[in-house]
Amino acid sequence: MPDLVYRAAPPGALRVEPLGELTAIFDRRSMQTHLVVSPMPEILAAMGAADCDTATLAARLAESFDFDGADDVQSILAERLSELAAMGLVARA
Amino acid sequence: MRHSKRIAVGPVQFRIGSDWPEPIAALEQLYAGYPQDEARPADATVCLFAARSWRRWVRASVHSGGDFVVPAALPLPLSMGLLAAEMGMNLQVALGWRRHMLLHASAVARDGRALIMSGESGSGKSTLAALLGEGEWRLMGDEFTLIDPVSGDALAFPRAVSLKNEAIAAVAAQVDAARLGPLMAGTPKGDIRHLIPRAAAIAAMHEPARPALLLFPRFGGAAAIEPMGEGEAFVRLTEASTNYVALGEAGFGALTRLVRETPAFGISYPDSATGIALVEQLWAETK
Amino acid sequence: MGRNKVSAVRIFVDLLAGRREASALAPRDWDGVIGVARSEAMLATLAHRLEGADLPPSVAALFADQRAAAAVAQQQALWEAEMARRALAPQGIEFVLLKGTAYAAAGMACAAGRQIGDLDILVLASDIRRAENALLNAGWEWVKSDPYDDFYYREHMHELPPLIHKSRDRMIDVHHAILPRTHRITPDALALVSDAVASADGFAVLNPADMACHCAAHMLADGDLQGGLRNLWDFHLMTRDFAATDPRFWEQLDRRARLHGLQDAVQRAARLSRDLYGAVVAAGWNGQEASDRWFRQRLFARDDWGRVTRPLLEQAFYIRSHWLRMPPMMLAQHLWTKWRKR
Repeated sequence: MPDLVYRAAPPGALRVEPLGELTAIFDRRSMQTHLVVSPMPEILAAMGAADCDTATLAARLAESFDFDGADDVQSILAERLSELAAMGLVARA
Repeated sequence: MRHSKRIAVGPVQFRIGSDWPEPIAALEQLYAGYPQDEARPADATVCLFAARSWRRWVRASVHSGGDFVVPAALPLPLSMGLLAAEMGMNLQVALGWRRHMLLHASAVARDGRALIMSGESGSGKSTLAALLGEGEWRLMGDEFTLIDPVSGDALAFPRAVSLKNEAIAAVAAQVDAARLGPLMAGTPKGDIRHLIPRAAAIAAMHEPARPALLLFPRFGGAAAIEPMGEGEAFVRLTEASTNYVALGEAGFGALTRLVRETPAFGISYPDSATGIALVEQLWAETK
Repeated sequence: MGRNKVSAVRIFVDLLAGRREASALAPRDWDGVIGVARSEAMLATLAHRLEGADLPPSVAALFADQRAAAAVAQQQALWEAEMARRALAPQGIEFVLLKGTAYAAAGMACAAGRQIGDLDILVLASDIRRAENALLNAGWEWVKSDPYDDFYYREHMHELPPLIHKSRDRMIDVHHAILPRTHRITPDALALVSDAVASADGFAVLNPADMACHCAAHMLADGDLQGGLRNLWDFHLMTRDFAATDPRFWEQLDRRARLHGLQDAVQRAARLSRDLYGAVVAAGWNGQEASDRWFRQRLFARDDWGRVTRPLLEQAFYIRSHWLRMPPMMLAQHLWTKWRKR
């Protein structure tokens, strides 16, 4: 899979409410509720405002998570990003 | 339409029209004690009508319609006109009401605090609410509970309780026969008989109550109590709400607040007496 | 019900047209007006029209609910357009928004409170297969239909069989023309797409004259006049506002209507919007046509409980709409197939 570049939702578009082990995300653009589990909220938080690819994302997440030198981090992130894109929470840049 | 009746249940003013006098007469008996405000325009319209005008005379078969119509809804015989009216009222509220978040749940209140019970039909939520409502509780509703998105309070929708099958005998044993409607045997939902809520519950129908306990009852199996996390309660209540999606962020805000502020439990119970005991136990613990 | 009593549907139309003050209604009048407005899927439209008017408190509260709910529903509808863009743009497929979503995207007056059903988009006929594939890859699925309906759509209609999104549960209608291929009139789809204009948030919508042509075609040449009061309200407000910003609008409209073969529909829509909503139409559009009477009766055919009256007239319009869509032999075949399935 090529390393696609994604763009996060603009500031204020998402309302994120942790509910125990789940996180409820309300998207004000779509009026939809998404229920996600870790690492989705962390990925969204790490995306920032500018366009972001999986390498950048992996580097940012590595600052707060211990990946233990796993070599498939980027492909896992790519998969999660495509799921977030299907929900409309991020978009292909 | 030839015959009509206005009914106010909780915040909703209905206008019910019928091609026949019988369903209206039955509604007049059930809703005689409800407040009447003839000047208030109707929020929702229910029509009970014949498929073809001549059918009104030959073999009456009641279609239920109004503001919203379910294309596949089956006509019912005239003897079940009351059920058609009830289904019509439910449908108009479930699909048309936008002021509050609508939960497919029963509710009772005590001391201004509400116990909300959500479950599929067959979970016994209606029967539990009806029985509790004959005791020290105020019946808020056996089918719908409304949540005010602004205050977070629960509001009552105390329509005539729709007792089904075994619940009919269980409740009939405890109440004055004058509070029961006609028995409708062999409807598509089984035997049905309506119970008029106690006068105090009807008089208090505009009084909000603070949600204090959320229960997800399941009828059958040994008595059990299982605490439920905020996330699971949230998911179940989105499924139990008929207008959650339509309310947008107001619904999201109301529901996240409800599950955060209100302890939630799943309960299993083998019979009504055990169910009521579990409810009273959990209620005592949440105080 | 007395003979002199004005019917609820006429009061409703009067309120929209501004011919009647809301404060002049008796409390009981509102029952019928609200019932009719709901049946026409225009309760939120009325709520917007009467925002700030002197209303009974319970009606004001109901209308506030309706405005809020319509705002949510429109946001949801616009999101479907955005998701279609995310599916189609990477493939280089351009599309034009049609009907309610287009009105909302362009911020038009008729969008206020307007109910929006499916997402309707127009693509070039040469792009239709690629559009179908791109949407299927992005999570849309065929709505289960029977083989006859599927065959019918592909052979004769102006759109793909409807697709529904598997997680969002919303339908999309992908058109490659604005009237069925079998219709006696075949508007110029290429001109519609190539002369489209951009809305504020970057969606393509039909240019003003084409939009009014499509609105009239949808109401009069395509449909059986179901939802006619709403479509006519759209037509009235859009032509009023287009004419206010472009003094040559009515000329443009006439030219495009001729191009698409829709003069009759557009002229009738203009006359009906004048007759019902008090529209001021340009000189040359102000004629009378005896057959308008049947259209007015059909548009007013609701009782005070919101139910369609005059079922024979309704059925006549249903058959008429099929007559317009199909040559007679095919019509007989189609109605026969539909009838057998009942």
